[in-house]
Amino acid sequence: MRVALFATCFNDTMWPETPKAVVRLLERLGCAVEFPFDQTCCGQMFTNTGYLREALPLVERFADVFDRYDAVVAPSGSCVGSVRHQHAMVARECGRPDLVARAEAGAGRVHELSEMLVDVLGVTDVGASFPHRVTYHPTCHSMRMLRVGDKPLQLLREVRGIDLVDLPAAEECCGFGGTFAVKNSDTSVAMGADKARHVRDTGAEVLVAGDNSCLAHVGGLLTRQRSGVRVMHLAEVLASTEGEA
Amino acid sequence: MSGTFVGMPAFPTAARKALEDAQLRSNLNHATHTIRDKRARVVAEVDDWEDLRVAGAAIKDEVLTNLDTYLVRLEESLTRAGATVHWARDAAEANSIITGLVRETGAEEVVKVKSMATQEIGLNEALEAAGIDAWETDLAELIVQLGHDTPSHILVPAIHRNRAEIREIFLREMGEVGTPAPAGLTSSPPELAEAARLHLREKFLRAEVAISGANFAVADSGTLVVVESEGNGRMCLTLPETLISVVGIEKIVPTWADLDVFLQLLPRSSTGERMNPYTSMWTGVTPGDGPQDVHVVLLDNGRTDALADSVGRQALRCIRCSACLNVCPVYERVGGHAYGSVYPGPIGAVLNPLIRGTQSPVDKSLPYASSLCGACFDACPVRIDIPELLVHLRSRVVDEKRRGRPSAEGVAMRGASWMFSDSRRWERVQSGVELGGKALRNKPTLGRIPGASAWSDARDAPAPPPETFRSWWERERGR
Ligand code: SF4
Repeated sequence: MRVALFATCFNDTMWPETPKAVVRLLERLGCAVEFPFDQTCCGQMFTNTGYLREALPLVERFADVFDRYDAVVAPSGSCVGSVRHQHAMVARECGRPDLVARAEAGAGRVHELSEMLVDVLGVTDVGASFPHRVTYHPTCHSMRMLRVGDKPLQLLREVRGIDLVDLPAAEECCGFGGTFAVKNSDTSVAMGADKARHVRDTGAEVLVAGDNSCLAHVGGLLTRQRSGVRVMHLAEVLASTEGEA
Repeated sequence: MSGTFVGMPAFPTAARKALEDAQLRSNLNHATHTIRDKRARVVAEVDDWEDLRVAGAAIKDEVLTNLDTYLVRLEESLTRAGATVHWARDAAEANSIITGLVRETGAEEVVKVKSMATQEIGLNEALEAAGIDAWETDLAELIVQLGHDTPSHILVPAIHRNRAEIREIFLREMGEVGTPAPAGLTSSPPELAEAARLHLREKFLRAEVAISGANFAVADSGTLVVVESEGNGRMCLTLPETLISVVGIEKIVPTWADLDVFLQLLPRSSTGERMNPYTSMWTGVTPGDGPQDVHVVLLDNGRTDALADSVGRQALRCIRCSACLNVCPVYERVGGHAYGSVYPGPIGAVLNPLIRGTQSPVDKSLPYASSLCGACFDACPVRIDIPELLVHLRSRVVDEKRRGRPSAEGVAMRGASWMFSDSRRWERVQSGVELGGKALRNKPTLGRIPGASAWSDARDAPAPPPETFRSWWERERGR
């Protein structure tokens, strides 16, 4: 199966280990992964801050780059959420019916990593090994926009050696929220502090989630608190073969 | 006299103040989690909850798309049933109609059933200015009124107060305006409720005029419906001779049969009960029974502006259950006052800018008072897509700003959009990031960064890596 990787602009630049892990993981499962070099950004930050006109060229660009693929995978619940649920809306509000149609037609082909693995490839055991105590935070956009449900947990449960512990109040937002984290930084930090406290209460070594932006926010609090808890993207755990003979 | 929301600062400023109040945060955390859990339990019992939500949304949408027809039908039904209908374009018109009606009766005081519409128009203040005392009779509204406070929740306006604070308010204030609180009052809930009962009884028995809102108005029959828990509504709606009801024009349902859907959705979403204790319904005047002089003020006050917004109009489906407040992680931490309106929380963040416009600092900032986590949409019994509305209103705020002097944010956004519109431009920016990453030599995080304190005062920032994914791919596999 030929799959296009949408690395997302943030991961491409700030967290390259995550898209690398997606490549390793999908190739291990027999997929041929392509990386279209003309990709940039899905436009989510623009849309969610109210700059629809600035998001429009990026919505169009996304369609131009990825329309030719049968399946697109991205290691970010919120970027996939933006593509699937906001691209058509942006085109509509900007009065571009042609682009609405393209965005709607393309939406179903774009998958968040856990959806790609469980729904498209039909696997939950991806041959990973990660001998650590881990807790998982379901990010809001993966849970409530994409409705990935417990797919990430199905995948994590099959990882060899993992000690997966429940996160209290897991479904509560971590407080990142894109530009919310800066525009309403006090509230954002108050929400993140509660999330970090719940994470510490689990005694986990590693906090896992499907969005590096949320992880940067909670992780930034955890390291400032010198908690000793690391954050890691789901893709990196699933690609790991740590401790395998 | 209660406080007002006039001249509120932008949300982040008010939120910061609220976050510093540890007592407030603990009161709110306790209260919202209690109602949230109750709601989740009773909603889970209903197998066809999703169907009910869809039905509720569809009924309201039908009314909103044909509002002109339904309003005329409601007016005819009400008139036929002996009620007098008044139309109010805005708060000032509504207040002057109501003040005039009370004056005609010669009464110098009125009792009030808890009503969001009358809060919205500032009726109590208008009546006071006209020398008429307005007594709130709902327990939580009474606490707010006696405390010279403003409401902070739709259903539980005094949610920010705990029992000890309520006891103090009762002891200090009740005697000033009527029957005093019993000496030796403790903060046990039954004693507090009994004090309120004694205080209010005197007012109920004396009242000649009552003012209410309505949860629903049935267009076919002209029936108004008030859903409540304490029985104070029933007292107000039956004892006085004159009854004036202020009803937002979006409160219409077409027929009695439609009430079936909403009377299932509302109590479960709002108090987390299967059925609320008191549901009062009245259809105009019933000779010899209850109020004989019945008035209905149909209120626009910005609702037609919301209706004109094709995305925004779904906010008018709202049945004021407050489920979205109780599940909101932002509301839970900052409380209701920061929203600068009687409508706080997620619905307030969209409804206020829709009906008041986006001119004031607080109304401009409200669409941004959310992390877009989506918990509100999942909880809403009439499926208002609040996150979608928030984004829509953000774009309205941004577009309005485009007309003025360009803001730093606007310039940055335009620049970033231009950069992302061409992958080579973007790659050049990435090369700069790589240089930074190399200079930092694999440092995993950065500490406090000058000029970026909004992020880094409490959070370490991630340090850039020395090689982007794109460069890695190119080095390993070529283009
Ligand atoms: S928006 Fe929905 S959840 Fe919020 S108060 Fe209105 S009806 Fe209830």
